[in-house]
Amino acid sequence: MTTMVSADTLDISFPEVDYLALAPLLIVFGAACVGILLEAFLPRTRRYSAQLVLSVVGLVAALVTIVMNVGEDRPAFAMSDGSRVDAIVIDGPGLFLMGAIVAMGVIAVLLIAERRVSAGGAFVAHAAVAADSKADAAQARHPGATEVFPLTMFAIGGMMLFCVAGDLLTMFIALEAFSLPLYLLCGLARRRRLLSQEAAMKYFLLGAFASAFFIYGVALLYGYAGSVQLVDINAAIAASGNSQVLLLSGLAMLAVGLLFKAAAVPFHVWTPDVYTGAPTPVTALMAACTKVAAIGGLLRVFNVAFGNSGNPGGPSLAWDWRPILIAIAIATMVIGAILAVTQTDIKRLLAYSSIANAGYLLVGVIALGQALGATLFYLVAYGFTVLAAFAVVTLVRDSQGEATHLSRWAGLAKRSPRFAVIFTLLMLAFAGIPLTSGFAAKFAVFSSALEAGQTSLVIVGVLSSVILAFPYLKVVVLLWLSQPVEDAPAVSMPGFMTGTAVTVGVVFTVLLGLAPQVLLNIVDGAGQFLAK
Amino acid sequence: MSSFPFLSALIVVPLIGALITAAVPKGKPRQAKFIAMGFSLVVLAITAVMCVRFTAGDRALQFTEHYSWVPDWGLNLSFGVDGIALVMLALTAVLTPVVIGASWNDADAEKRNVPTFFALILALQATMIGTFVSANVLLFYIFFEVMLVPMYFLIGSYGGLRRQYAAVKFFLYSLLGGMVLLAAIIGLWVASGGVMDWQALIDGGPVDPTLQNWLFLGFFLAFAIKAPFFPFHTWLPDAGGAAPAGVAALLVGVMDKIGTFAILRYCLPLFPDASQTFAPLAIALALVGVIYGALVAIGQTDLRRLVAYTSIAHFGFIGVGIFAFTTQSGTGAVLYMVNHGLATGLLFIVVGMLAARRGSSQIADFGGAGKLMPLLAGTFFIAGMASLALPGTAPFVSEFLVMLGTFSVNKPVAIISVLGIILAAGYVLWMYQRTMQGTLNPALTELKPMRRDLNLREKLVVTPLIVGILALGVYPQPVLDIINPAVESTLDFVGVTDPAPTVPTAEPVATGDN
Repeated sequence: MTTMVSADTLDISFPEVDYLALAPLLIVFGAACVGILLEAFLPRTRRYSAQLVLSVVGLVAALVTIVMNVGEDRPAFAMSDGSRVDAIVIDGPGLFLMGAIVAMGVIAVLLIAERRVSAGGAFVAHAAVAADSKADAAQARHPGATEVFPLTMFAIGGMMLFCVAGDLLTMFIALEAFSLPLYLLCGLARRRRLLSQEAAMKYFLLGAFASAFFIYGVALLYGYAGSVQLVDINAAIAASGNSQVLLLSGLAMLAVGLLFKAAAVPFHVWTPDVYTGAPTPVTALMAACTKVAAIGGLLRVFNVAFGNSGNPGGPSLAWDWRPILIAIAIATMVIGAILAVTQTDIKRLLAYSSIANAGYLLVGVIALGQALGATLFYLVAYGFTVLAAFAVVTLVRDSQGEATHLSRWAGLAKRSPRFAVIFTLLMLAFAGIPLTSGFAAKFAVFSSALEAGQTSLVIVGVLSSVILAFPYLKVVVLLWLSQPVEDAPAVSMPGFMTGTAVTVGVVFTVLLGLAPQVLLNIVDGAGQFLAK
Repeated sequence: MSSFPFLSALIVVPLIGALITAAVPKGKPRQAKFIAMGFSLVVLAITAVMCVRFTAGDRALQFTEHYSWVPDWGLNLSFGVDGIALVMLALTAVLTPVVIGASWNDADAEKRNVPTFFALILALQATMIGTFVSANVLLFYIFFEVMLVPMYFLIGSYGGLRRQYAAVKFFLYSLLGGMVLLAAIIGLWVASGGVMDWQALIDGGPVDPTLQNWLFLGFFLAFAIKAPFFPFHTWLPDAGGAAPAGVAALLVGVMDKIGTFAILRYCLPLFPDASQTFAPLAIALALVGVIYGALVAIGQTDLRRLVAYTSIAHFGFIGVGIFAFTTQSGTGAVLYMVNHGLATGLLFIVVGMLAARRGSSQIADFGGAGKLMPLLAGTFFIAGMASLALPGTAPFVSEFLVMLGTFSVNKPVAIISVLGIILAAGYVLWMYQRTMQGTLNPALTELKPMRRDLNLREKLVVTPLIVGILALGVYPQPVLDIINPAVESTLDFVGVTDPAPTVPTAEPVATGDN
């Protein structure tokens, strides 16, 4: 236990820091901090454009540095004697996950920045600005509520850090760094504020509870392994003589915290309420980026610490956690799919579909290294489709704001055929029809899971996707085959930003369906997590 | 073998046609119709050239093409046809222009988007052709699934009563089969080490017998739903009853055949041991289908649903023919797939014409209609006679071959299936009697359209089908020559031989064991 020894002697030496490797994180967090300063010093009228430019430029710069780091597996910190400090590990999958979060983050920021579709945008700075008050009307003239930009940037930065954290404490910090801004963002809806605030409250309370589980699990694991680094926990599992009770209960609590963020059953109950109550652009951010972060964290923890990915044949804890995680994955797929069937609100429907999709992603997590590439593929395919779907949801409006109740969507194809075509395509992609990214992703995950011997999961997976196809089909039926309702909502003309979001999402949905090989090569090239 | 990429052209041409047709503005329905008809005729011409250039005796896949698509998954754009696929292509190529002609005014009458209707038909044709010409299991699956989308909209947007229910039921049923098929394909993918090309899978030899059983069941379930075999048939009467007549003709005439075609192309050669293991089960389901479909057909009060149920009975015959594992019965089954496409296609189209005139397809709403429209009644009669396999019509030859082949290996099955023929006479004749003969229903005389007999367009539409039914009934030999080697080679893969001396199908002689 070299780390123990060094800790005992308090021999604190400073590690060498690889700033290029850290650059993506530094840029995003830096942009977030600058954003706060802009809030403080810029006049109100000029904040919006400055914040928007800062966020987008920051994210694009982060993406560039991520690409620059490709191919250089390394921890960001190294001791002078060459030993690693795995606080942050910039490896292939980590870079891919960060890249996915940043790329989808750009789209989400565009949605968040949209102020044209409804004058004044989807956010309100604070609850004291009452609906239809003077202050609220002023916001319609000057784009306000610019606080959301730094909050979003902090959330995105936290999610990126979550995917590359090599020790559990860094991971916990990242978890809080992206959770707290998300709690706030959920409560900032300008319309239907009570729902929004209720959503934020629920998310916060349950999220704080899950975080407590997480940190308690970390403590127990530290008690077992004497270290919070994932590689040391892995080594301890093979060598330590400490009580297995510490290890197993620590793992269980850690898993609760992680599965909560991934919205796996039975830790999913917050999802429908929060997805519905949160402003739709924030829901899009959560469905796409948070999903990547949560699954990315699960992948790293279970591969590196509990799956012995550095030495797949060697001793690991996989025999102990697999049956439980399999049960959770099955429950997530089946319950998510069945509950999606009965939904009458499009945002709730997408929330349950997001739960079911977490189940498919868990299949990839359970198959460990063999399905890592496929899981990464699935995350990107699902993320872009879901971003486009929520972007479209923001466009269907009536005088009350977004019309999310499905009965209001009846017959929309008659008045807005182009919108209906796009949404139908997205629904077919969710249903996993070939030639869309949904099929490519499902095929990738299921085939690698079957290769890894997870036959039962694959069978449950395909059967639950039939169930899950029904709600998507129901929406298609509504759009095309039903008679329009009285005073039906209109589909707004998307502004430049929402238009871009929809276009990018649809293009990825089609491209990944027609030519999946490009992304398959990239995820293959990402390789495995860096382990010892 | 030839420089011209026939098979990819067969997929691309209707697809381009669909895009162009869809781009026609809503206000110019005539233009869309002629464009769609033109493209479907081009497909027919290409298919005709292929039939001429096809080498009938060659067992290997012909017109092969191969392009790489997603190498990681073994997914290639591999195309190739054997005799069975070729006759199915010919059926599709003939039926599509006929259906376009038959549906000429269907979409206008309902004030729906006409260009989209014809674009969907062409898209459907492209995907159906894709399933017949694919020589890669995963590529086949992709066409098999994508096919659902245009059909779903054709039923759901352009159908009659309860069309939404029928469309969703059709889609979900098919998707269930499709997803189980996907699981089985992934299983095959893992077992074969990522090989998905049909020829390579055959060359690699069958997989482990235990696994074969599971994979066979996965494939068979999907194809039994598609065909449909009893007890997976319940979507068909709803879909066939709600779809517009022309679309129903394509649905039952071609799309359902993809199920039986795929059993021959994939289930039998890829899982030979499992095929033998499960053959009794498949025959049992098929036999139940023959009797059950016929009995329920007799009880129907709606013409479209009646025709749909007769199809379930006929698919039973095809299933018996396939799983009896003799050359005659197999050849008969494939010929039946073609003949049934022509006969039931005609029947659906004629019923559609009747329903369009009467505004209802309830049997009780007709009665003595033959007096008003002798030509239409005559066509209806020919279609009905073909459906009950009257000698001289094409289905007779195929039904006879199926019985003959089955009798040589399994007498009880052959004898029970004869019951199906008797029942068929019952439902066809009774249907004809109740609609066309007897006292004239007074309500009909008040309807102006009921006095209009077949017009020129309708005559043009039914003529090719009638000619086909009679020609194949009198002289099926050229088609049999194309089908026979492919069936023989399929049975070789399964590893069964005909009992006693193998007789060429040209002169079906009794095997002489009693």
